[in-house]
Amino acid sequence: MGSGERKPFENKTIEWIDSRLPIFTIMNKEYGVFPTPKNFNYFWNFGAIAMVMMVIMIITGITLAMHYAANTEIAFSSVERIMRDVNFGWLIRYMHMNGASFMFIAIFIHIFRGLYYGSYKQPRELLWMLGVTILLLMMATAFMGYVLPWGQMSFWGATVITNLFSALPLIGPGIVEWLWGGFAVDNATLNRFFALHYLLPFVTVGVIFLHVWALHVTGSNNPSGIEPKGPQDTIPFHPYYTMKDTAGLLLFLIIYVVFTFFMPNALGHPDNYIEADPLVTPAHIVPEWYFLAFYAILRAITFDINLLMIAGGAIAAYLVAVNLWYMEKPKHCPVSTKFNVPISKDIELCKLEPLMAACAVVLLGIGGLIAFMPDLGISKMAGVVSPVMIEAKLGGVLAMFGSIGLLFVLPFIDRHPHRSARFRPWFKIAVLLLVLDFFILTWVGAKPAEGIYVLIAQAATAYYFAFFLVVLPFLNKYEPRVELPPSIHQYVLDQKAKKKKKQDEYMNSLTPGAAE
Amino acid sequence: MTIDTDMSTNDNDKAGESRRDFLYLTAAAFGAVGAGSVAWPFIHQMNPAADTMALSTIEVDLTPIEEGQAITVMWQGKPVFIRHRTAKEIEEAQSVDVSSLRDSESDEDRAQKPEWLVMVGVCTHLGCIPLGQKGGDIKGDYDGWFCPCHGSHYDSSGRIRKGPAPTNLPVPPYEFVSDTRIKIG
Repeated sequence: MGSGERKPFENKTIEWIDSRLPIFTIMNKEYGVFPTPKNFNYFWNFGAIAMVMMVIMIITGITLAMHYAANTEIAFSSVERIMRDVNFGWLIRYMHMNGASFMFIAIFIHIFRGLYYGSYKQPRELLWMLGVTILLLMMATAFMGYVLPWGQMSFWGATVITNLFSALPLIGPGIVEWLWGGFAVDNATLNRFFALHYLLPFVTVGVIFLHVWALHVTGSNNPSGIEPKGPQDTIPFHPYYTMKDTAGLLLFLIIYVVFTFFMPNALGHPDNYIEADPLVTPAHIVPEWYFLAFYAILRAITFDINLLMIAGGAIAAYLVAVNLWYMEKPKHCPVSTKFNVPISKDIELCKLEPLMAACAVVLLGIGGLIAFMPDLGISKMAGVVSPVMIEAKLGGVLAMFGSIGLLFVLPFIDRHPHRSARFRPWFKIAVLLLVLDFFILTWVGAKPAEGIYVLIAQAATAYYFAFFLVVLPFLNKYEPRVELPPSIHQYVLDQKAKKKKKQDEYMNSLTPGAAE
Repeated sequence: MTIDTDMSTNDNDKAGESRRDFLYLTAAAFGAVGAGSVAWPFIHQMNPAADTMALSTIEVDLTPIEEGQAITVMWQGKPVFIRHRTAKEIEEAQSVDVSSLRDSESDEDRAQKPEWLVMVGVCTHLGCIPLGQKGGDIKGDYDGWFCPCHGSHYDSSGRIRKGPAPTNLPVPPYEFVSDTRIKIG
């Protein structure tokens, strides 16, 4: 880094430093003249916005830690003391509380941007995976931070989430006691959560550094999804995007500040202002809003997963993999050469595919019947040959972690050559449905897990997984490949021409005489 | 890889390589053992500490609990339910076909004396405290306990009957010190 050619600075002090440690040269290279696609829209603000929120969280967090006491006897009252007695303690705590929510808002929009414009695709796979790692770290940090005030939701949220690990076979109960440092969520748990809540943000900063480093190696994606081909496609980062980022940031911060000052508890839960009581469970345990979608997925698995379902799923997965996922195939047989296993001299596996598809449907059908309607006579009979493989509780945990795991491997699932949804009409619909699906999951995650809500959660969970495991592989093969503009520059000109044409048509329609 | 046992006579390249390999492997093995033995204290420190492990046993006087009443006591940071069951509740608990239960366990195995049911009151699903201890509580469909978090129903023997919980409410180790006193732990 920085050992190459260096242009001297005019300012003597800067030059003195830079000739010894070229930080000014690096800053100028990476944030001054850095060539950036010229067609960013406001969705490209949210990385910078998330970064600013991260800084706010670290500053407010460290200040709060100067007044907070991580001991079950006094944790709750130390937070109340921050709210009432510490100078501006209320402000700093409300900034921290709402800052967490707004950081998640920024990150969710940032992730949506990546999804919609295909930013995760080659060569930015690692950049995307580092981003998903940041999301995971943020979730762990936010969860542990919510435990610290030691209110009812803190305690019971911690109890429910740590108990998830008891679902793991054999090692589960041991791991839970290891996490707790006891036989229930207690002082040992609170203490270590505080230590880790302080540590993880700095780990996150490290991963953010790698994320930004990787970004500066590949360069940014852009709304067209076309790589910049030359200077006509890019502009320097400063002043163009420093200004655009600042504009978006200010708008975002205004909304954040409105929440902090005028409705600081709107996103929280009143039960967390009741001190933790291990003997009384609140009627409704709900996580913070940003976890609701994942919580809904966790609770959607209310049925045991049995042998037939796993067998049917495995066959279906094989068919999807060989038929949709791999795109280049020899003509004579629709199976890729990699999986083209001849069973005997006469039969190739691909010729058995219709039979396999039928098998998968039958297995999944009977398996599903056993899982969803265990009281039916046929289910009881079939249940004998199809034992439960994954209990509902473990199934829920696997689904919840799997929902993030799928994001992690997304770059390797989606193999369509076009990035941006602007040139993928089918993908566009699917990904917007996924956003709607995420909102539905968030909404249903706050509802009690009974009646119609369970069905809605199950349907929404099904689409979430189908998007990654069925829809994307299908689009790999069947979505039409429209012709892309030759460059970003040409794309921008096309867009302008289109807009102009629309305006002209509109003007003409206003004056019917002129049109004739 | 082969290890040449007669190292003193080796002067060809191959033997030299294998001796070097042996050194690498030994060093790596010692390094791994060393790293593991240093890592273990830092992993194990998170497990329950000695004072937590010291099974703080508690004694409970049962005399004030009338038939049909229940009390909750704390043991190891967890609530323990003690219910003085009515004849009807005992009858319900004992008449169930054990093989039809998700977690098959007979009432006789769970209650040392049928009128006293002692168990840890933590839902085996995700650790909430089931309702059913107080007179006015919802007791679920099986006259026992009901967990409000995710809707698990436990019967009058604390066995899971309906809902997501995988197992029965666990019975802690306890013994009758006298007819009216028990020692839990």
